[in-house]
Amino acid sequence: MPSLHALANPARFLKIARPLTPLLFWAGVAFLGYGIWGGLTQTPADYLQGETVRILYIHVPTAWLGMSGWSGIAVSSLVFLIWRHPLAMIAARAIALPGAVFAALCLATGSIWGRPTWGTWWQWDGRLTSMLLLLFVYLGFMALVRADDDRGGDGRIPAIYGIAGSILLPIIRYSVVWWNTLHQGQSIGLTKSSIDASILWPLWFTLSGFTLFFAGVVLMRMRTILARTKAEARMRRMANVVEVMA
Amino acid sequence: MNPWPFVTAAYVLTGVASAGLALWSYLAMRACETKGREKK
Repeated sequence: MPSLHALANPARFLKIARPLTPLLFWAGVAFLGYGIWGGLTQTPADYLQGETVRILYIHVPTAWLGMSGWSGIAVSSLVFLIWRHPLAMIAARAIALPGAVFAALCLATGSIWGRPTWGTWWQWDGRLTSMLLLLFVYLGFMALVRADDDRGGDGRIPAIYGIAGSILLPIIRYSVVWWNTLHQGQSIGLTKSSIDASILWPLWFTLSGFTLFFAGVVLMRMRTILARTKAEARMRRMANVVEVMA
Repeated sequence: MNPWPFVTAAYVLTGVASAGLALWSYLAMRACETKGREKK
């Protein structure tokens, strides 16, 4: 895969990432602004849930990003293990914190939505519990990356963990099918939805907005890790020179 | 039950957390890249 190898060059990556970061970020903010405005002011209340249905426009994107964030970590980890691209592991590390934040936001907004709808803040059902597990898996990944850095590891152990953690994704996805849960079943698909179009349309804007915003933040974090790695390498070189001179 | 406090809480929490994440990531990136340029 020569094209992938070419893109994995840090200098080439930075050349693309520098203009792309603000572009993705601000496009995300614009989409989000329009979607939230539409979701809060232009859509009717749901006949059953009333105004609380408006939490949908942020809860679904946070759930999507919490899960696709881990997919990104798993794919990057696999690429790192197979082709040893350092950029792949940098991407996995950069995704971890935003992914954990969005998984936590999914749980928090779901809990806030659950109180007026179900009459409870929390229920140990399949969907909620598996999503909470995903948050813990994110926290474990971040701790493992730090521990691996401290002991001078090559990133292989976090990468294996990144792939192993992806077992949770189908469990979360099918939890509402496999178990009798308080959480509703799947109501939005790629081709059809059980939600009326008059309520659904702002969701596509908030979904795209949050996704672009997430990508912008991940690029910022990748650039941070690259700059830090470069600075550390320079420090090591200087230390070696001083040692040789002494 | 008045739904608006729940809707407001969900939006404010998401807004604050997302803005905090973006600001923190941006400041960290800027600090690291500036330090890197200065040391060159």
